[in-house]
Formats: sequence, structure tokens, C-alpha cells
Amino acid sequence: MTSALALAAEVRSGGRSARQVVEEALAAVAEGDGELNAFLTVLGDEAREQADAVDAMVAAGRDPGPLAGVPVALKDNLCTRGAPTTCGSKILEGWRPPYDATVVQSLRAAGAIALGKTNMDEFAMGSSTENSAFGPTRNPRDTGKVPGGSSGGSAAAVAAGFAPLALGSDTGGSIRQPAALCGVVGMKPTYGRVSRYGLVAFASSLDQIGPFAAQVEDAALLYDILAGHDPLDSTSLPSVPEPTVSSVHDGVEGVRIGLCRDLIDGCAPDVAARVHQAADALAGAGAKVEEISVPEFAYGLSAYYLIAPAEASSNLARYDGVRYGLRVDGEDAEVMNTATRTAGFGAEVKRRVMLGTYALSAGYYDAYYAQAQRVRTLVMRAFDRAYESVDVLLGATAPTTAFDLGAKVDDPMAMYMNDVCTIPSNLSGHPAVSVPFGTGNDGLPVGVQVLAPALGEAIMFRVAQVVESRAPQGEGS
Amino acid sequence: MSDPADAAPGRVTLSRDDVIHVARLARLELRDDEVELFTAQLRTVLDHAADVAALDLTHLEPSSHPIALENVLRPDEPQPSLDRDEVLAQAPAVEDHQFRVPRIGGEAP
Amino acid sequence: MSTDWEMVIGLEVHCELQTATKLFCGCRNAFGDEPNVNICPVCLGLPGSLPVLNEHAVELAMRIGAALHCEIRPSEFARKNYFYPDQAKDYQISQYDRPLNVGGWLELPDGFRVGVTRAHMEEDTGKLTHVGGSGRINAALHALVDYNRSGVPLVEIVSEPDIRTVGQARAYADEVRGILVASGASDGRMEEGSMRVDANVSVRPAGTDAFGTRCEIKNLNSLRSLGRAIEYEAARQIAVLEAGGVIQQETRHWDEAAGRTESMRSKEEANDYRYFPEPDLVPLAPDAAWQARVRAALGLMPAERRAGLAAALGGAPSDAETDQIRAVVDLGLDGLVTAAAEAGAPPALALARAANEVAAQGDAGTRLDVGSFAALLAMESGGRLSATQSKTVLSALIERGGGDPAVVAKEMGFEALGADTLSAVLDEVIAAHPDEWARFVGGDDKLMGMFTGEVMKATKGKANGKEVAAELRRRRG
Repeated sequence: MTSALALAAEVRSGGRSARQVVEEALAAVAEGDGELNAFLTVLGDEAREQADAVDAMVAAGRDPGPLAGVPVALKDNLCTRGAPTTCGSKILEGWRPPYDATVVQSLRAAGAIALGKTNMDEFAMGSSTENSAFGPTRNPRDTGKVPGGSSGGSAAAVAAGFAPLALGSDTGGSIRQPAALCGVVGMKPTYGRVSRYGLVAFASSLDQIGPFAAQVEDAALLYDILAGHDPLDSTSLPSVPEPTVSSVHDGVEGVRIGLCRDLIDGCAPDVAARVHQAADALAGAGAKVEEISVPEFAYGLSAYYLIAPAEASSNLARYDGVRYGLRVDGEDAEVMNTATRTAGFGAEVKRRVMLGTYALSAGYYDAYYAQAQRVRTLVMRAFDRAYESVDVLLGATAPTTAFDLGAKVDDPMAMYMNDVCTIPSNLSGHPAVSVPFGTGNDGLPVGVQVLAPALGEAIMFRVAQVVESRAPQGEGS
Repeated sequence: MSDPADAAPGRVTLSRDDVIHVARLARLELRDDEVELFTAQLRTVLDHAADVAALDLTHLEPSSHPIALENVLRPDEPQPSLDRDEVLAQAPAVEDHQFRVPRIGGEAP
Repeated sequence: MSTDWEMVIGLEVHCELQTATKLFCGCRNAFGDEPNVNICPVCLGLPGSLPVLNEHAVELAMRIGAALHCEIRPSEFARKNYFYPDQAKDYQISQYDRPLNVGGWLELPDGFRVGVTRAHMEEDTGKLTHVGGSGRINAALHALVDYNRSGVPLVEIVSEPDIRTVGQARAYADEVRGILVASGASDGRMEEGSMRVDANVSVRPAGTDAFGTRCEIKNLNSLRSLGRAIEYEAARQIAVLEAGGVIQQETRHWDEAAGRTESMRSKEEANDYRYFPEPDLVPLAPDAAWQARVRAALGLMPAERRAGLAAALGGAPSDAETDQIRAVVDLGLDGLVTAAAEAGAPPALALARAANEVAAQGDAGTRLDVGSFAALLAMESGGRLSATQSKTVLSALIERGGGDPAVVAKEMGFEALGADTLSAVLDEVIAAHPDEWARFVGGDDKLMGMFTGEVMKATKGKANGKEVAAELRRRRG
């Protein structure tokens, strides 16, 4: 598929019309998405309108922006004014926000075209997109497999070639893990680098919006457009971000890479093998690769499964049938709240809301929630120590390749284990990216993860670019 | 709820009653079979969390943020509000330009 | 109340801050607008919205803390989680473990000091209207919610349980109102709801230290209700205890019409608010420079202004003067009195005229020119005008907004009585009442008033009472 960078250049130069690009994308979706179910809403009319506006600007000699005419798929937890935003849940079925997320406005200002809203695990809770109230999304590489989650729809949309770019959200790995399972690039920025205003909250101290793309350079381009301070988000970093796309091809000569055994050893052997292969490729490109151990990462999963549900239990309280969304009536307000939430939330959401409520309860707060936040400090310090001797860390993204639809739905703990390699970066707030690198024994994609210190997106993308350029070819990758 | 004072560090005490209690706090109603299922599943998760609960981390401060910002403020200047009709059009029930709800059983906590 | 019992009272005062916009968003902070016109994603708690703290609200909250002699500390916001239809997010952003202001005190007019535990920031809820039935919450059929007030900035001032009498409770609430207005933080109007007082009441045997079980009384809309409710509740608790019962710790609603507190239908479980640090906000730590600016700009609070007037009187004011001092400070006329005293007017006279005659003229009185006031007082104290004449001239000066009292006096024909004229009048009066004069000379002081009255009648009020009295005594010998 044409890269987003190249596509935008063609549109800006007048070589192709945005309208034509969009029509092709819409046709591809119409033809191919029936089976995959990547999209919950296709924004046909709106996309055409936006495309026409871009073409009008080009005709008038004005620059429509660095993503001119490029179709972008948006995870359905991003608020799009006037268009459905369900978060994969019955409780928000039919809800149309009266405002746009900041990132949606940034995309529009860059000339991008919102193609549609993609499927996801309900309220971003899951690792397979099987928790959607609107049916699962299928992995384009093997439709009997999951695409990963929670941003499964966005990953699949890019993997299927419906759009060169997509946005997802990553709280415990929800961009990186589906990227790995679908064989595309998926990246989580430094916490605070991209505004969360308009991202429906799951776990506020962990959530970040990030890009999906078929190649690293495009992901860097999209990241550069999204990154920056937003006065509407108090946790938004005030500093001006360093652009990454201009340095993405700078290579890795002398870069110190920590091959992190704690992000490899628990993985399936074929996945581990690919990570080692990527490490060798980086060494061959001039990087200094050494083994490193960060044993504290092992505590991350448990800490995450206390912090995230706790914050979620509070963030999801607002879905009470009063102001928007589903309402199931009752004889009084409390009965109505209960009936609404019971009918509107799926099992995984209920599970996490109860877990979170419990972790915050009087008497349990210190043993669980506060303790988990201390583990977070522990993990942050462990990362800091690691980055004293290396510039980036390398590991697997997901412990296995894509698993069968239905294989883990009845075993929440098994499902949670999918996040073991991705969670540490969410706890620390550091950036990380998954890059496709070969396949597993089953021919399904493997993703290799590059982790960088806070604000280290530029070096992270440089390393990722080399990994991509040396990825094994012709093995279904 | 079961008394947390009875819990040795790392020991999970989640009971069926705990689950029913937190469900009520969260405005969720569970069928009996769901209570069974969720109790078992939550116990499994908390068992895994036991390794964390048991660590001696008293020397560390809890981090509620991964970033060290403070004093993020905005000026006291009015900004446009939302269009009332657009908002109320999304409301489940409206009366007199207000959100209508069934009668409220008690005063605010 | 039985003299064996002592009541122990703590007051919680919620103050709406006089900001232009709400605490966490740019919607207008206005009273009385059409329902739901001042709402936005943030104060409506729409999915994806985020709070951003209002700088001026922090300034006003710090002024309150400074006025209450609190320590202003680095603080943090927390979520207080509970479901209620007027709570847009079904959690309130408040402060819990680390409030902004701690450890202060407030001095009542009689010198008694009430401790202030804390004064923290939090957001207000929307407004509920109960419809149908009697309009009372228990009998309503449904309810309507207006979110205009949702997100309005509040400061909650929590006193130590130092208050022991209804009088102190009312004085404390009144004094809080005084500092709110004097500091510009709030207009402190209980009847409009910009200042709300809840009372925590318990009783214990006089002379003991242990605290009894307390009840929180809500729905107090005036200082009078505050007093009545406390009296009722203390009596109720004493009756229960004397009958051998126990006090249930609960929240009780004050029914103004019925004149009693009522138990509110409480839930079986106690409220578990599951407080945790607000992840969408960062800590608030006003630096020393800001704190210094706030304290420097604060101006004198009512207690200090009252003390200033008392000092101008030479200390130890009488009961009547104490009342006058309080009235004058309440009405903002203390500046006038102090200035007049500095210009040489007798302080007690300035105080009396201000508290009575000037105060009676309402708003116009506050615009009285200091120079005119001081000059008039000089005329009166120097004997050129009688008290009655002085008051008349004062009214005219206020009406005109100022002017030369000597000119006004002349216009009104208030010439000071010459000593000869007075002497001649006295001669006439004494001659007309020989028997009474003989008794007066013989020592019957009660006749002083009669002779003075006759002289005043004869001179049509122009005589100076003190001069007449002095002359009568002189003649008596």
C-alpha cells in the first residue's frame, strides 16, 4: 500500500484527488469489511465532504496540510462530533458527542480524512476485541484469529489496507499488541505527549492515544502531528515535542540497545527467536546490543490489574442513564442506574469495575491500590536505572502470535497475560512501539517492541526504522 | 464486607458477600450464577495480585502520575458553552430544558 | 437545656467563589440563568472530558485560607465517588488527604476563638427540582436536573468542634460571611445558596472530655434556622440519652416549617467514597511569592477592623459601643469613623453618629464625604450645634453627598446660641419655676431634666444640652 507520506504528497501536488483516494478507500471497506468487522461506523458522506474541501484548497493553491487526503480510521473511543462514538458498548450505542477530540481536530487541520470509527473491546478493556458489544473483529491475516485488542479494529483496518493510518489508544498495550498480532506498526507515546481530551477514559493515568501505520515512517509522521501541548488536558506536557519523522532514517550507529530478557523469556519460543533475530539485525546495523535484566517488570501485571480497574471503576460511573446513552427505566433513580448499567455493560467491564471498586474500598485501599502505585514507582525507578546504561530496550510485544477467536474468552487471567510485555511502559509513562518482524511458526505476524525513555520518541523511531528495514521478507510478513 | 484486619499480607479474603457488596456500590445487579462466576474470577486475579500485596515497599512513595507536573492552571475567562438543544437531543428524557430522572430515593450522601 | 449537658458543635461552611467561570471549565459561573445554558463537556461530565483548574479560584481559596490564619500547603485533588443525579460524573472532584488550607482559627466578636481544621477546594453539583407529590424529596414522582451550577468553585471551611452555644454558632457563621465578603472571595448569601452551613451537633455531660455521637444537620438556609436547628437537635439528643437510648450517627434534615430535624432515609451501608488522587489533575503548590501576594493584598478582616475601632476609642468599649462597632464594620462604615477620628473628631461621637444616623441612610450613607463628617462632628462637640441640630444637618449632608456643615447649619437657621441668649433664657425659665428652682438648689437633681427640657423648648432645640446642664449647676452653686 502507498505510504501515507507519499499519498499526501500526491494529493498536495494535485497528482491525485483526495476524493478519488477516499472513494477507493470506501470501496475497499465496503468490499472487505463485511467479513472482518473492523469498522462500526463508516463516515462515507463526511469523508467525501472533507476530501472535497481538501481538493478545493489544492485547487486554490493553498496547502491542505501534511496528511492531505489521507484516510485515517479512528478507534471508537475517540469523540467525533455528530458521529457515533460507542466505545464498543451498548451503553453508548447511538451516542453522538457534541464535540471533537483534540486529536480529531489535529487530523482535520492536517488535511486527513476520517474514514470511520473502528471496533474495540468495550471501553478498551481487553486484548482481543472479543469484548465488543458489536461482535469481534477478525484478523485480516487469518480470519479465524483475533486481531488483538483493545484497538483491534484500527489494527485490522491498516493491516487490511483499508486506510494507511489509524488511531488507537493504549492503556496496557492496546495499540502495540494488536499491531503485533496484525503485522502493522503501532506506537504508544510518552504519557502526556498527546492530548487525551476527547478520548473516552478507561484508566486516566495510563491511557494514551497513538498511531497505527503500515510502516514506521508513517507512524512517525502521524505521531508528530498529534504530539503537543493541549490546554484542555491538565496532564498534557508543556514542552514542544521534538519532530521524529525528519530523523527516522538516521540509523543506529553507536546506539546502545538493551535486549531485555524479562520481555522475552516468558514468550513463546518462535516469538523469542524473532526478537533475538531483530537484535542481531540491529547489531549488524552498528548498534551496541547487550543483554539486560529488569526483574521489576514482573510485578507490572499485578499492579496494572489493580490501578487500571480502580481508575476505570470511577471513570465509568458516569454511565448511569441520566444524561446520555442507554437508559433502562426503574421506579427510582438508583434502580434506573442499576438496571441501565447491568444491561449496558458486558461481562469484562463489570468484572473490572467490581475489581476496581474493591481495590479502592475502605480497608483495602492501602493493601491494593496504594501498594500498586508503589509498585509503579518501583517500575519507574527500574526503568531509570536501565536507561543509565542503554538508550533503548528491545523485547517482544506479545507473548504469542494471534490466537483463535474464542480461545481465551472464558479465562480472564489468560487473557490478561497478553499484556505482560506492554504494561511496564504504561506504568512508567514511557514511549514504546511495536514493529512487525517476521512470523511465528504458524505464519502469523510477530511484533518486536522498542522501548525508549520519556520523550525518547525520536530515537525509538530510529531504532524501529532499522528493525523494519531488516525484517525478514517473503515469509508472509 | 469481610474485615480487612483479618487479612494477612497477600492473603485473599474475597467472599461472595464482598462481590455482592461491591456490585451494589457500583450499581450493578448480578444473577446468582454471575456472583459465583465473578467471585471465582476475581479471586484468581487477586491471587495474582498477592505477590504485589506482599512486597515490602514502605520505602517508596505511591506514584499517581507518571509525570511530574504541578500548578497547571487556566485563566478565569469565559469560553463558549455547548448548544443546549444539541446536548438535550442526546438525553434519555427531557422536561423544561432539564434532564428528567425517576424520583430520587434519598438525599445526596 | 439541662445544665448537666454541654453541646459540642462544629460547622461546615460551603462558599461559592465569585469567579467569572467554573472551577474546571470556562462555562460562566452565574446564578439565575435559564437551565442548562452554562454547560460544556467538562461540567456535564461527557465521556472524554477533562478538568483544568481555574487560577482565580485558587487565588480566592488562598484568600480565604489567609483570612482564617491557615497554613497554605502543597495540595492535591481527589475523587469522592458516589452516585447521584446532580453529580455529573458520579464523582466529585474535591480535596481529601492534602487540602490547600489547614490549621487556622477565627475570632468571634466577643474574643472567643474557633479553630478551623481545613478549608479546601471542590466543585459544586447541579441543581435538582423534585416534581410531583408535595415537591419534597420523599414524595416526589420524578426529578429534573439543571447543570448550570455543576462545577461552580466551592471552598469548604471545616471548623474544629469548639463551639458550645447557639450564640457562638451564629456568630461564627456571621463572621465567616464577613471575611468572605471582605476578602472578595464570595458574596456569602445564605438565602441565595452562595454560602451553605451544615452543623455537626453532639452533646456530652458538662465537664467531661469524650465526644458524644454527632449528627450532621443539613438544609439550614439562614442564621436563624442555624440557631433553631442546633437548639432542637441538642434537646433531641439529650432527651434520647436521658431516656437511656443511644444516638445514631446520621445526617438529619432541618424542617423549617415543622421546626425539627428529621432522619434522612439512609442506606444500609455507610458511605464508602473510595477517595483516590484525581489522575486528571496535577498537584497544586502555590509558591511563596504567590502566597505573599495574597496575604499582602488581603486587607483588614472584620475582626481587625473592629479591634481598630475599639483601639481608637481607647480600648474597653461599652456594650453599646461594641454593638455600634459591629454595626459600623458590617456596613463598611469603619473607614469613615477612623478617618473622622484622625481628623480630630471625638471617636465615640463619630462612632455613634455613624452607627445610627449614617447607617440609617443605607447606600447613600456610605458615600458621605469624610471631611464634611469630621467638620460637623467638630461643630457638635464644640457646642456650636446641639445633638438634634447636628443630626438634621447630617441628614442633609448625606442627601447632598457632602458640603460644608457650617453653611448648611446657617441655611437651616441653626445658629449656635450665644452665651448671653442662653443666660437670658435661663433667667426666664428659673423665674417661671421658683418652687422647682428652690428644690433643685436644695439638691433635687431629678429636676435637672425638667429645667433642661424647658430651656430646649424655649430655644427650639438650639441650646446645647451639655452647656445648659453646666450652667444650671454653676448657678446652683
